[in-house]
Amino acid sequence: MVKLVEHIGRYFVLLSMSFRRPENGRILRKRIVEEIEIIGINSLGIVALLSIFMGAVISLQTASNIDSPLIPAYTVGYAVRQSVILEFSPTIIALILAGKVGSNIASEIGTMRVTEQIDALEIMGVNSAGYLILPKVIAAVFINPFLIIISMALGVLGGWVAVVTGGFLTTSDYVYGITFDFKVFSVIYALIKTVIFAIVITSISSYQGFYTRGGALEVGASSTKAVVYSSIVILILNYIITQLLLI
Amino acid sequence: MIEIKNLFKSFGDAQVLKGVNVSFEKGKTNLIIGKSGSGKSVLTKCIVGIHEPDSGNVFYDGKDFHQLDEDGKREIRKSIGMLFQGSALFDSKTVLENVMFPLEMFTKMTKNERLERAKFCLDRVNIIGKDDLYPAELSGGMQKRVAIARAISAEPEYLFCDEPNSGLDPQTSILIDNLIQELTDEFNITTIVITHDMNSVLEIGDNIYFLHEGENCWHGDRKSILKSDNKILNDFVYASKFFKKIRSSLQ
Repeated sequence: MVKLVEHIGRYFVLLSMSFRRPENGRILRKRIVEEIEIIGINSLGIVALLSIFMGAVISLQTASNIDSPLIPAYTVGYAVRQSVILEFSPTIIALILAGKVGSNIASEIGTMRVTEQIDALEIMGVNSAGYLILPKVIAAVFINPFLIIISMALGVLGGWVAVVTGGFLTTSDYVYGITFDFKVFSVIYALIKTVIFAIVITSISSYQGFYTRGGALEVGASSTKAVVYSSIVILILNYIITQLLLI
Repeated sequence: MIEIKNLFKSFGDAQVLKGVNVSFEKGKTNLIIGKSGSGKSVLTKCIVGIHEPDSGNVFYDGKDFHQLDEDGKREIRKSIGMLFQGSALFDSKTVLENVMFPLEMFTKMTKNERLERAKFCLDRVNIIGKDDLYPAELSGGMQKRVAIARAISAEPEYLFCDEPNSGLDPQTSILIDNLIQELTDEFNITTIVITHDMNSVLEIGDNIYFLHEGENCWHGDRKSILKSDNKILNDFVYASKFFKKIRSSLQ
Protein backbone atom coordinates (compact mmCIF):
# COMPACT_ATOMS: atom_id res chain seq x y z
CA MET A 1 0.00 0.00 0.00
CA VAL A 2 2.85 2.37 0.93
CA LYS A 3 4.52 1.51 -2.39
CA LEU A 4 1.31 2.27 -4.29
CA VAL A 5 1.07 5.71 -2.64
CA GLU A 6 4.76 6.28 -3.43
CA HIS A 7 4.17 5.38 -7.10
CA ILE A 8 1.13 7.64 -7.34
CA GLY A 9 3.10 10.49 -5.78
CA ARG A 10 6.03 10.02 -8.17
CA TYR A 11 3.62 9.75 -11.10
CA PHE A 12 2.09 13.15 -10.33
CA VAL A 13 5.54 14.71 -9.72
CA LEU A 14 6.61 13.43 -13.15
CA LEU A 15 3.43 14.82 -14.71
CA SER A 16 4.06 18.24 -13.14
CA MET A 17 7.64 18.16 -14.46
CA SER A 18 6.32 17.26 -17.92
CA PHE A 19 3.87 20.15 -18.00
CA ARG A 20 6.46 22.82 -17.18
CA ARG A 21 6.99 25.57 -19.74
CA PRO A 22 8.95 24.03 -22.65
CA GLU A 23 12.46 25.35 -23.40
CA ASN A 24 11.79 25.67 -27.09
CA GLY A 25 8.28 25.95 -28.59
CA ARG A 26 9.47 25.14 -32.12
CA ILE A 27 10.99 21.83 -31.00
CA LEU A 28 7.84 21.00 -29.02
CA ARG A 29 5.67 21.52 -32.13
CA LYS A 30 8.06 19.38 -34.21
CA ARG A 31 7.99 16.62 -31.59
CA ILE A 32 4.18 16.71 -31.40
CA VAL A 33 3.94 16.18 -35.18
CA GLU A 34 6.40 13.26 -34.95
CA GLU A 35 4.39 11.72 -32.11
CA ILE A 36 1.09 12.17 -33.96
CA GLU A 37 2.56 10.00 -36.69
CA ILE A 38 3.90 7.35 -34.26
CA ILE A 39 0.87 7.23 -31.94
CA GLY A 40 -1.93 7.97 -34.37
CA ILE A 41 -1.15 7.40 -38.03
CA ASN A 42 0.81 4.21 -37.38
CA SER A 43 -2.11 2.81 -35.36
CA LEU A 44 -4.69 3.47 -38.07
CA GLY A 45 -4.31 0.04 -39.70
CA ILE A 46 -4.89 -2.04 -36.58
CA VAL A 47 -7.74 0.23 -35.44
CA ALA A 48 -9.46 -0.04 -38.85
CA LEU A 49 -9.10 -3.81 -39.02
CA LEU A 50 -10.39 -4.36 -35.49
CA SER A 51 -13.27 -1.94 -35.92
CA ILE A 52 -14.57 -3.49 -39.14
CA PHE A 53 -14.48 -7.05 -37.82
CA MET A 54 -15.84 -6.22 -34.37
CA GLY A 55 -18.72 -4.27 -35.96
CA ALA A 56 -19.38 -7.24 -38.24
CA VAL A 57 -19.36 -9.73 -35.37
CA ILE A 58 -21.62 -7.59 -33.15
CA SER A 59 -24.17 -7.30 -35.96
CA LEU A 60 -24.07 -11.04 -36.76
CA GLN A 61 -24.39 -11.96 -33.07
CA THR A 62 -27.33 -9.60 -32.61
CA ALA A 63 -29.09 -10.69 -35.82
CA SER A 64 -28.69 -14.40 -35.12
CA ASN A 65 -29.96 -14.05 -31.53
CA ILE A 66 -33.16 -12.18 -32.39
CA ASP A 67 -35.81 -14.88 -32.79
CA SER A 68 -38.95 -13.06 -31.75
CA PRO A 69 -41.02 -11.51 -34.57
CA LEU A 70 -42.03 -8.79 -32.08
CA ILE A 71 -38.52 -7.32 -32.16
CA PRO A 72 -38.14 -5.13 -35.23
CA ALA A 73 -35.34 -5.87 -37.71
CA TYR A 74 -33.77 -2.44 -37.34
CA THR A 75 -32.81 -3.38 -33.73
CA VAL A 76 -29.64 -4.91 -35.19
CA GLY A 77 -28.48 -1.53 -36.54
CA TYR A 78 -29.47 0.16 -33.29
CA ALA A 79 -27.54 -2.38 -31.19
CA VAL A 80 -24.45 -2.13 -33.38
CA ARG A 81 -24.45 1.67 -33.19
CA GLN A 82 -24.89 1.76 -29.41
CA SER A 83 -22.25 -0.91 -28.76
CA VAL A 84 -19.73 0.62 -31.10
CA ILE A 85 -20.15 4.25 -30.04
CA LEU A 86 -20.59 3.78 -26.30
CA GLU A 87 -18.14 1.01 -25.52
CA PHE A 88 -16.36 -0.76 -28.32
CA SER A 89 -14.63 2.19 -30.02
CA PRO A 90 -13.65 4.31 -26.99
CA THR A 91 -12.84 1.52 -24.53
CA ILE A 92 -11.76 -1.58 -26.44
CA ILE A 93 -9.70 0.45 -28.92
CA ALA A 94 -8.13 2.27 -25.93
CA LEU A 95 -7.14 -1.13 -24.49
CA ILE A 96 -5.66 -2.13 -27.85
CA LEU A 97 -3.75 1.18 -28.00
CA ALA A 98 -2.53 0.63 -24.44
CA GLY A 99 -0.92 -2.55 -25.78
CA LYS A 100 0.49 -1.10 -28.97
CA VAL A 101 1.34 2.50 -28.11
CA GLY A 102 1.88 2.00 -24.36
CA SER A 103 4.49 -0.73 -24.73
CA ASN A 104 6.20 1.29 -27.47
CA ILE A 105 6.42 4.40 -25.25
CA ALA A 106 7.65 2.50 -22.18
CA SER A 107 10.34 0.64 -24.12
CA GLU A 108 11.47 3.79 -25.96
CA ILE A 109 11.82 5.88 -22.79
CA GLY A 110 13.11 2.91 -20.77
CA THR A 111 15.87 2.25 -23.29
CA MET A 112 16.79 5.93 -23.23
CA ARG A 113 17.01 5.72 -19.43
CA VAL A 114 19.26 2.65 -19.25
CA THR A 115 21.56 3.89 -22.03
CA GLU A 116 22.01 7.25 -20.22
CA GLN A 117 20.31 9.23 -23.03
CA ILE A 118 17.96 10.81 -20.46
CA ASP A 119 20.97 11.75 -18.30
CA ALA A 120 22.53 13.30 -21.41
CA LEU A 121 19.40 15.42 -21.92
CA GLU A 122 19.41 16.51 -18.28
CA ILE A 123 23.09 17.46 -18.35
CA MET A 124 22.51 19.54 -21.48
CA GLY A 125 19.97 21.49 -19.42
CA VAL A 126 16.91 19.98 -21.11
CA ASN A 127 13.83 19.20 -19.00
CA SER A 128 13.84 15.54 -20.05
CA ALA A 129 10.30 14.83 -18.80
CA GLY A 130 8.95 17.81 -20.72
CA TYR A 131 10.91 16.96 -23.85
CA LEU A 132 9.95 13.28 -23.90
CA ILE A 133 6.51 13.04 -22.29
CA LEU A 134 4.60 16.26 -23.03
CA PRO A 135 4.60 15.84 -26.85
CA LYS A 136 3.30 12.26 -26.48
CA VAL A 137 0.42 13.33 -24.22
CA ILE A 138 -0.54 16.28 -26.45
CA ALA A 139 -0.28 14.16 -29.62
CA ALA A 140 -2.48 11.39 -28.18
CA VAL A 141 -5.07 13.84 -26.86
CA PHE A 142 -5.21 15.42 -30.31
CA ILE A 143 -5.14 12.36 -32.59
CA ASN A 144 -7.00 9.68 -30.57
CA PRO A 145 -10.45 11.31 -30.98
CA PHE A 146 -9.96 11.16 -34.78
CA LEU A 147 -8.94 7.49 -34.50
CA ILE A 148 -12.02 6.74 -32.43
CA ILE A 149 -14.38 8.56 -34.82
CA ILE A 150 -12.88 6.56 -37.70
CA SER A 151 -13.28 3.41 -35.61
CA MET A 152 -16.97 4.21 -34.96
CA ALA A 153 -17.64 4.75 -38.67
CA LEU A 154 -15.80 1.57 -39.69
CA GLY A 155 -17.50 -0.47 -36.95
CA VAL A 156 -20.94 0.55 -38.18
CA LEU A 157 -19.84 -0.08 -41.78
CA GLY A 158 -18.51 -3.54 -40.88
CA GLY A 159 -21.85 -4.35 -39.27
CA TRP A 160 -23.73 -3.29 -42.39
CA VAL A 161 -21.53 -5.40 -44.70
CA ALA A 162 -21.99 -8.47 -42.49
CA VAL A 163 -25.77 -8.37 -42.10
CA VAL A 164 -26.52 -7.35 -45.68
CA THR A 165 -24.19 -9.87 -47.32
CA GLY A 166 -25.38 -12.53 -44.85
CA GLY A 167 -29.00 -11.87 -45.85
CA PHE A 168 -30.14 -10.99 -42.28
CA LEU A 169 -31.31 -7.45 -42.99
CA THR A 170 -31.94 -4.94 -45.76
CA THR A 171 -29.84 -1.82 -46.07
CA SER A 172 -32.81 0.43 -45.32
CA ASP A 173 -33.60 -1.48 -42.06
CA TYR A 174 -29.96 -1.23 -40.98
CA VAL A 175 -29.74 2.48 -41.80
CA TYR A 176 -33.01 3.10 -39.94
CA GLY A 177 -31.59 1.24 -36.96
CA ILE A 178 -28.36 3.19 -36.80
CA THR A 179 -30.22 6.52 -37.01
CA PHE A 180 -33.04 5.54 -34.62
CA ASP A 181 -33.15 7.62 -31.39
CA PHE A 182 -29.62 8.93 -32.03
CA LYS A 183 -28.25 11.19 -29.28
CA VAL A 184 -25.23 13.38 -30.00
CA PHE A 185 -24.27 13.12 -26.34
CA SER A 186 -23.32 9.47 -26.89
CA VAL A 187 -20.53 10.62 -29.19
CA ILE A 188 -19.50 13.39 -26.79
CA TYR A 189 -19.39 10.85 -23.95
CA ALA A 190 -17.21 8.57 -26.09
CA LEU A 191 -14.84 11.40 -26.97
CA ILE A 192 -14.53 12.48 -23.31
CA LYS A 193 -13.51 8.92 -22.47
CA THR A 194 -11.11 8.87 -25.42
CA VAL A 195 -9.28 11.99 -24.25
CA ILE A 196 -9.00 10.72 -20.66
CA PHE A 197 -7.77 7.31 -21.84
CA ALA A 198 -5.23 8.99 -24.14
CA ILE A 199 -3.74 10.80 -21.14
CA VAL A 200 -3.78 7.56 -19.10
CA ILE A 201 -2.02 5.48 -21.78
CA THR A 202 0.73 8.00 -22.59
CA SER A 203 1.42 9.17 -19.05
CA ILE A 204 1.42 5.77 -17.30
CA SER A 205 3.58 4.24 -20.04
CA SER A 206 5.98 7.18 -19.90
CA TYR A 207 6.16 6.87 -16.11
CA GLN A 208 7.03 3.17 -16.36
CA GLY A 209 9.75 3.91 -18.92
CA PHE A 210 11.14 6.98 -17.17
CA TYR A 211 11.85 5.19 -13.90
CA THR A 212 13.28 2.01 -15.44
CA ARG A 213 16.45 0.84 -13.68
CA GLY A 214 18.73 -1.90 -14.91
CA GLY A 215 19.09 -3.22 -18.45
CA ALA A 216 17.27 -4.86 -21.34
CA LEU A 217 15.25 -7.24 -19.13
CA GLU A 218 13.98 -4.36 -16.98
CA VAL A 219 13.00 -2.41 -20.11
CA GLY A 220 10.86 -5.41 -21.14
CA ALA A 221 9.36 -5.57 -17.65
CA SER A 222 8.53 -1.84 -17.74
CA SER A 223 6.87 -2.32 -21.09
CA THR A 224 4.67 -5.11 -19.71
CA LYS A 225 3.82 -3.07 -16.60
CA ALA A 226 2.88 -0.12 -18.80
CA VAL A 227 0.30 -2.23 -20.67
CA VAL A 228 -1.08 -3.90 -17.54
CA TYR A 229 -1.41 -0.75 -15.41
CA SER A 230 -2.79 1.36 -18.28
CA SER A 231 -5.42 -1.31 -18.98
CA ILE A 232 -6.44 -1.58 -15.31
CA VAL A 233 -6.73 2.21 -14.95
CA ILE A 234 -8.73 2.42 -18.21
CA LEU A 235 -11.22 -0.21 -16.97
CA ILE A 236 -11.64 1.48 -13.58
CA LEU A 237 -12.03 4.95 -15.10
CA ASN A 238 -14.46 3.59 -17.69
CA TYR A 239 -16.72 2.44 -14.87
CA ILE A 240 -16.42 5.77 -13.00
CA ILE A 241 -17.00 7.93 -16.11
CA THR A 242 -20.01 5.85 -17.12
CA GLN A 243 -21.47 6.24 -13.63
CA LEU A 244 -20.89 9.99 -13.73
CA LEU A 245 -22.03 10.76 -17.27
CA LEU A 246 -24.66 8.21 -18.26
CA ILE A 247 -26.42 7.04 -15.13
CA MET B 1 36.92 26.51 -12.23
CA ILE B 2 35.00 23.89 -10.25
CA GLU B 3 35.52 23.41 -6.53
CA ILE B 4 34.10 20.54 -4.51
CA LYS B 5 34.04 20.92 -0.75
CA ASN B 6 33.45 18.14 1.76
CA LEU B 7 31.11 16.11 -0.45
CA PHE B 8 29.27 13.16 1.10
CA LYS B 9 26.98 10.75 -0.69
CA SER B 10 25.51 7.43 0.37
CA PHE B 11 23.08 4.93 -1.13
CA GLY B 12 21.21 3.20 1.68
CA ASP B 13 23.85 1.94 4.10
CA ALA B 14 26.70 2.23 1.59
CA GLN B 15 28.70 5.44 2.08
CA VAL B 16 30.17 6.07 -1.39
CA LEU B 17 31.70 9.54 -0.97
CA LYS B 18 33.24 10.41 2.38
CA GLY B 19 34.05 14.09 2.35
CA VAL B 20 35.70 14.67 -1.04
CA ASN B 21 37.60 17.96 -1.51
CA VAL B 22 38.87 18.64 -5.02
CA SER B 23 39.38 21.60 -7.33
CA PHE B 24 39.39 21.49 -11.14
CA GLU B 25 41.31 24.21 -12.92
CA LYS B 26 40.28 26.09 -16.04
CA GLY B 27 42.18 25.31 -19.25
CA LYS B 28 43.57 22.07 -17.80
CA THR B 29 42.78 18.40 -18.23
CA ASN B 30 41.77 17.39 -14.72
CA LEU B 31 41.68 13.66 -14.00
CA ILE B 32 39.83 11.66 -11.38
CA ILE B 33 41.39 8.23 -11.15
CA GLY B 34 40.78 5.24 -8.92
CA LYS B 35 39.78 1.61 -8.83
CA SER B 36 36.31 0.46 -9.90
CA GLY B 37 33.89 1.23 -7.09
CA SER B 38 36.02 4.01 -5.63
CA GLY B 39 33.26 6.57 -6.21
CA LYS B 40 34.52 8.31 -9.38
CA SER B 41 31.28 8.09 -11.34
CA VAL B 42 29.14 8.97 -8.32
CA LEU B 43 31.35 12.01 -7.71
CA THR B 44 30.89 13.10 -11.33
CA LYS B 45 27.13 12.58 -11.17
CA CYS B 46 27.01 14.69 -7.99
CA ILE B 47 29.04 17.43 -9.72
CA VAL B 48 26.73 17.59 -12.75
CA GLY B 49 23.60 17.23 -10.62
CA ILE B 50 22.32 13.81 -11.64
CA HIS B 51 22.71 12.81 -7.96
CA GLU B 52 21.94 15.12 -5.05
CA PRO B 53 24.78 14.89 -2.46
CA ASP B 54 23.92 14.22 1.21
CA SER B 55 26.06 17.20 2.19
CA GLY B 56 28.88 19.36 0.83
CA ASN B 57 29.15 21.95 -1.91
CA VAL B 58 29.90 22.08 -5.62
CA PHE B 59 30.95 25.53 -6.82
CA TYR B 60 30.93 26.45 -10.51
CA ASP B 61 32.98 29.64 -10.72
CA GLY B 62 31.82 30.52 -7.21
CA LYS B 63 28.14 29.54 -7.68
CA ASP B 64 26.97 26.83 -5.27
CA PHE B 65 25.25 24.45 -7.73
CA HIS B 66 23.12 22.48 -5.28
CA GLN B 67 21.79 25.64 -3.61
CA LEU B 68 20.42 26.93 -6.93
CA ASP B 69 16.79 26.45 -7.98
CA GLU B 70 15.95 24.21 -10.95
CA ASP B 71 16.24 27.07 -13.46
CA GLY B 72 19.62 28.14 -12.06
CA LYS B 73 20.90 24.57 -12.28
CA ARG B 74 19.64 24.33 -15.84
CA GLU B 75 21.52 27.50 -16.78
CA ILE B 76 24.80 26.01 -15.47
CA ARG B 77 24.08 22.72 -17.20
CA LYS B 78 23.85 24.56 -20.51
CA SER B 79 27.55 25.36 -20.11
CA ILE B 80 28.43 21.68 -19.52
CA GLY B 81 29.34 19.17 -22.20
CA MET B 82 29.51 15.53 -21.24
CA LEU B 83 30.94 12.44 -22.85
CA PHE B 84 29.32 9.37 -21.32
CA GLN B 85 30.99 5.99 -20.89
CA GLY B 86 28.52 4.46 -23.36
CA SER B 87 28.46 7.63 -25.52
CA ALA B 88 24.70 8.12 -24.84
CA LEU B 89 24.05 9.34 -28.36
CA PHE B 90 20.35 9.64 -29.23
CA ASP B 91 19.85 6.44 -31.17
CA SER B 92 16.82 7.69 -33.13
CA LYS B 93 18.79 10.67 -34.49
CA THR B 94 21.51 10.66 -37.13
CA VAL B 95 25.10 11.73 -36.42
CA LEU B 96 24.43 15.25 -37.70
CA GLU B 97 21.15 15.57 -35.79
CA ASN B 98 22.88 14.46 -32.58
CA VAL B 99 25.54 17.16 -32.91
CA MET B 100 22.99 19.81 -33.89
CA PHE B 101 20.66 18.95 -31.01
CA PRO B 102 22.08 21.29 -28.30
CA LEU B 103 22.27 24.12 -30.85
CA GLU B 104 18.68 23.57 -31.93
CA MET B 105 17.52 23.45 -28.33
CA PHE B 106 19.29 26.43 -26.84
CA THR B 107 20.56 28.80 -29.51
CA LYS B 108 18.87 31.18 -31.88
CA MET B 109 21.14 30.11 -34.75
CA THR B 110 19.60 29.71 -38.19
CA LYS B 111 19.48 26.24 -39.71
CA ASN B 112 22.52 27.03 -41.90
CA GLU B 113 24.51 28.33 -38.93
CA ARG B 114 23.66 25.21 -36.93
CA LEU B 115 24.64 23.03 -39.84
CA GLU B 116 27.92 24.86 -40.26
CA ARG B 117 28.79 24.61 -36.55
CA ALA B 118 27.87 20.90 -36.41
CA LYS B 119 29.99 20.16 -39.49
CA PHE B 120 32.89 22.10 -37.94
CA CYS B 121 32.65 20.04 -34.73
CA LEU B 122 32.45 16.77 -36.69
CA ASP B 123 35.45 17.80 -38.80
CA ARG B 124 37.29 18.71 -35.60
CA VAL B 125 36.87 15.17 -34.25
CA ASN B 126 37.68 13.75 -37.68
CA ILE B 127 34.25 12.31 -38.48
CA ILE B 128 33.75 12.99 -42.15
CA GLY B 129 31.02 11.70 -44.46
CA LYS B 130 29.02 9.99 -41.70
CA ASP B 131 26.41 12.71 -41.22
CA ASP B 132 23.41 10.58 -42.15
CA LEU B 133 24.39 7.42 -40.31
CA TYR B 134 22.74 6.38 -37.05
CA PRO B 135 24.87 5.77 -33.91
CA ALA B 136 24.31 2.00 -34.13
CA GLU B 137 26.00 2.04 -37.56
CA LEU B 138 29.25 3.48 -36.14
CA SER B 139 32.19 1.79 -34.40
CA GLY B 140 32.76 2.41 -30.67
CA GLY B 141 35.59 4.89 -31.35
CA MET B 142 33.49 6.82 -33.85
CA GLN B 143 30.57 6.96 -31.42
CA LYS B 144 32.90 8.46 -28.80
CA ARG B 145 34.13 11.06 -31.27
CA VAL B 146 30.57 11.97 -32.29
CA ALA B 147 29.69 12.25 -28.59
CA ILE B 148 32.67 14.61 -28.14
CA ALA B 149 31.49 16.65 -31.13
CA ARG B 150 28.01 16.89 -29.55
CA ALA B 151 29.54 17.84 -26.19
CA ILE B 152 31.56 20.72 -27.66
CA SER B 153 28.99 21.92 -30.21
CA ALA B 154 27.40 24.47 -27.87
CA GLU B 155 30.86 25.76 -26.82
CA PRO B 156 30.78 24.51 -23.21
CA GLU B 157 32.88 25.96 -20.40
CA TYR B 158 33.15 22.57 -18.69
CA LEU B 159 33.70 19.22 -20.37
CA PHE B 160 33.16 15.97 -18.45
CA CYS B 161 34.41 12.68 -19.89
CA ASP B 162 33.38 9.48 -18.11
CA GLU B 163 35.78 6.65 -18.99
CA PRO B 164 36.41 7.97 -22.52
CA ASN B 165 38.61 4.98 -23.42
CA SER B 166 36.50 2.12 -22.15
CA GLY B 167 36.08 -0.56 -24.79
CA LEU B 168 38.52 1.06 -27.22
CA ASP B 169 41.75 -0.31 -28.67
CA PRO B 170 45.04 1.35 -27.55
CA GLN B 171 45.49 3.38 -30.75
CA THR B 172 41.93 4.76 -30.70
CA SER B 173 42.31 5.44 -26.96
CA ILE B 174 45.36 7.61 -27.59
CA LEU B 175 43.50 9.37 -30.40
CA ILE B 176 40.61 10.18 -28.04
CA ASP B 177 43.02 11.28 -25.26
CA ASN B 178 44.86 13.61 -27.61
CA LEU B 179 41.60 14.99 -28.93
CA ILE B 180 40.42 15.79 -25.40
CA GLN B 181 43.74 17.48 -24.63
CA GLU B 182 43.67 19.51 -27.86
CA LEU B 183 40.08 20.66 -27.34
CA THR B 184 40.88 21.69 -23.76
CA ASP B 185 43.81 23.81 -24.92
CA GLU B 186 42.05 25.16 -28.02
CA PHE B 187 38.82 26.29 -26.30
CA ASN B 188 40.34 26.94 -22.83
CA ILE B 189 37.71 24.81 -21.08
CA THR B 190 37.73 23.06 -17.72
CA THR B 191 37.95 19.39 -18.60
CA ILE B 192 37.33 16.61 -16.10
CA VAL B 193 38.18 13.06 -17.16
CA ILE B 194 37.22 10.02 -15.09
CA THR B 195 39.46 7.09 -15.87
CA HIS B 196 41.39 4.13 -14.55
CA ASP B 197 43.49 3.87 -17.68
CA MET B 198 47.13 4.59 -16.72
CA ASN B 199 48.05 5.39 -20.34
CA SER B 200 45.54 8.27 -20.28
CA VAL B 201 46.88 9.41 -16.93
CA LEU B 202 50.41 9.69 -18.28
CA GLU B 203 49.26 11.13 -21.60
CA ILE B 204 46.95 13.97 -20.52
CA GLY B 205 46.91 14.31 -16.71
CA ASP B 206 47.57 17.98 -15.86
CA ASN B 207 45.84 17.85 -12.51
CA ILE B 208 45.16 14.40 -11.05
CA TYR B 209 43.07 13.32 -8.05
CA PHE B 210 43.26 9.72 -6.86
CA LEU B 211 40.05 8.54 -5.23
CA HIS B 212 40.12 5.57 -2.87
CA GLU B 213 37.04 4.23 -1.06
CA GLY B 214 35.22 7.51 -1.45
CA GLU B 215 38.06 9.73 -0.26
CA ASN B 216 40.60 11.86 -2.07
CA CYS B 217 43.76 9.96 -1.33
CA TRP B 218 46.37 11.76 -3.48
CA HIS B 219 46.70 14.87 -5.65
CA GLY B 220 49.37 15.70 -8.24
CA ASP B 221 50.18 15.63 -11.94
CA ARG B 222 51.45 13.11 -14.51
CA LYS B 223 55.08 13.84 -13.62
CA SER B 224 54.71 13.33 -9.89
CA ILE B 225 52.43 10.27 -10.01
CA LEU B 226 55.25 7.85 -10.87
CA LYS B 227 57.41 9.18 -8.05
CA SER B 228 54.82 9.17 -5.30
CA ASP B 229 55.45 7.23 -2.10
CA ASN B 230 51.72 6.82 -1.39
CA LYS B 231 51.30 3.06 -0.99
CA ILE B 232 47.64 2.89 -2.02
CA LEU B 233 48.35 4.96 -5.13
CA ASN B 234 51.40 2.85 -5.99
CA ASP B 235 49.35 -0.37 -5.68
CA PHE B 236 46.98 1.14 -8.26
CA VAL B 237 49.60 2.63 -10.61
CA TYR B 238 51.99 -0.31 -10.57
CA ALA B 239 49.39 -3.06 -10.76
CA SER B 240 50.55 -4.27 -14.17
CA LYS B 241 53.89 -5.96 -14.92
CA PHE B 242 54.63 -3.29 -17.47
CA PHE B 243 54.38 -0.48 -14.94
CA LYS B 244 56.30 -2.55 -12.37
CA LYS B 245 59.16 -2.64 -14.90
CA ILE B 246 58.91 1.12 -15.30
CA ARG B 247 59.18 1.50 -11.52
CA SER B 248 62.31 -0.69 -11.43
CA SER B 249 63.88 1.36 -14.19
CA LEU B 250 62.98 4.58 -12.34
CA GLN B 251 64.54 3.28 -9.16
